[in-house]
Amino acid sequence: MTPVSDIAALAERYDLVVVGAGPAGLSAAARAADLGLSVLLADENPAPGGQIYRAVTTTPVTERAVLGDDYWRGADIVARFERAAATYAPRCTVWSLTDDPAAPGTFEIGLSLDGKARIIGAAQVILATGAQERPFPVPGWTLPGVMTAGAAQIALKSAGIVPSGRTVIAGCGPLLYLLASQLAAAGTEIVAVLDTTPRANWLKAAAALPDFLRSPYLAKGMKLMVATRAKLRFVSGVTGLAAAGKDRLTEVEVARGGRTETIACDTLLLHQGVIPSVNLSNAAGCAHDFDEAQHCFVPRVDSWFASSVEGIAIAGDGAGIGGAESAALRGEIAAFDAARRLGRLTPEERDRQAAPISAELERCLRGRRFLDLLYRPAPQFLSPPRDDTIICRCEEVTAGQVRDAAKRLGVVGPNQMKAFLRCGMGPCQGRLCGPTVVELIAETRGTTPAEVGYYRLRPPVKPVTLAELAALPATEGAVKAVVR
Amino acid sequence: MFRPMHNDPVREGATSATLNFTFDGRPMTGRAGDTVAASLLANGVVACRETPVSDTPRAPYCLMGVCFDCLVVIDGVGNRQGCLVPLAEGMAIETQHGRRHFAEARA
Repeated sequence: MTPVSDIAALAERYDLVVVGAGPAGLSAAARAADLGLSVLLADENPAPGGQIYRAVTTTPVTERAVLGDDYWRGADIVARFERAAATYAPRCTVWSLTDDPAAPGTFEIGLSLDGKARIIGAAQVILATGAQERPFPVPGWTLPGVMTAGAAQIALKSAGIVPSGRTVIAGCGPLLYLLASQLAAAGTEIVAVLDTTPRANWLKAAAALPDFLRSPYLAKGMKLMVATRAKLRFVSGVTGLAAAGKDRLTEVEVARGGRTETIACDTLLLHQGVIPSVNLSNAAGCAHDFDEAQHCFVPRVDSWFASSVEGIAIAGDGAGIGGAESAALRGEIAAFDAARRLGRLTPEERDRQAAPISAELERCLRGRRFLDLLYRPAPQFLSPPRDDTIICRCEEVTAGQVRDAAKRLGVVGPNQMKAFLRCGMGPCQGRLCGPTVVELIAETRGTTPAEVGYYRLRPPVKPVTLAELAALPATEGAVKAVVR
Repeated sequence: MFRPMHNDPVREGATSATLNFTFDGRPMTGRAGDTVAASLLANGVVACRETPVSDTPRAPYCLMGVCFDCLVVIDGVGNRQGCLVPLAEGMAIETQHGRRHFAEARA
């Protein structure tokens, strides 16, 4: 692996550009390099690992037990990538991915590193941009002191810091237990874990139970659940949440069984599962479908993780949530197919080499459906019932405004909603409001999220300064577009 | 607010360099390797920006480059994502105030 810290040191073109240095991206880049492709792995973080293996090579946390064995396994994935003949650009943001007009069938990728932008070429692209936490819009979630559970985990892994003072963790999903146990082991004062899993989900998930019983998640999950529940105050059946305080969080209101309780706290960590990060794949024109079980938009991919755009594959949790182990395997499979598309492997050779990995992937994903159904968020945490709840954090648009526009003005989709209310037009580009806007429109108009659709996103998918864009070399096409 | 996890010798500065920086002119120290957002949290900074719509205070929310609530001004350049920028010696970090108001523009 050759690290690059100056954007000028990158080549003009690569056989394959991989975006994202989590387990999927690292494995894809390592495999593709081993197959003889010229590979660039671009990642916006300072160190490899993505979110799950965040800072695995640089973490200041020395007590291995705090983060658990699963975390340290990431070091092997990073080590393998380090041995591969690939180029690695950390702190490098990918802000656009478009067809190359000069070489149809290949791509132009807009990158930015240290305040300098560049466009490079790629014959094949693997997006391994992973997942983000599903928005958790409750009243007061914009107050300082309220964060995602993932944020607390990142602070712990990368900086060795934990919330000080009284901490409440709220939501649902397997990661909630992991986070609670990690933070408790690191010495955080956790005053309550509020479980919002709807009780009715247990019935719905029961049908998928047989598969789950044979899944690798079971033993791990049960052990964690039992150990964490024994140590901490667990409150299940929570049906309503609100963060309160003036200019910063001071308490959380908890509704449960028709009663409301107030818990004084300094930090509230929210989590209700993760969803694919779709901004780059959406802006690149890849088709997405609404996945009912995971209840989110997921890029349409085939069994090699090829998207609907020829030449762009999507590996890892960005192609639907499967977890860290499956992400690494998906990355490998996508890399085999990239080599086949470039003529470096025959289809037969690709099939033969990928077969054991595909079999392993199937084993890995067994039981996933049970988790998806069990931890599907309650409707009131997807479309907030209180009209004054902010749903677009950037533009401070409320649930009431979106409902009103959908009802009285007959706004049918999120793109129209954007034009009316500016939701999704702030710096986060809809990452934190998109799913909620879709949900609110569907609920108000009596239709489904699949019918409503999602924002049409466009590059740049991450902010890039005008100075950076202006400094790019002008192409013939760009000059023709403005010169008369 | 955040604090170092218990009994962590590295965090106490045994092997990692200490960096000096300022936040709104106040001198602070951080650990080499931490991001700007993590350093502000570790120094007890409650809010790092005010929103352009209602001037209400915000703090880092996702720490993974998604939410843009950790936007700060770093060495005079605004709209920097604090969670993606590594802390550097001598950095001048400032609260990012909301949009400019009429009175400010005229002043």
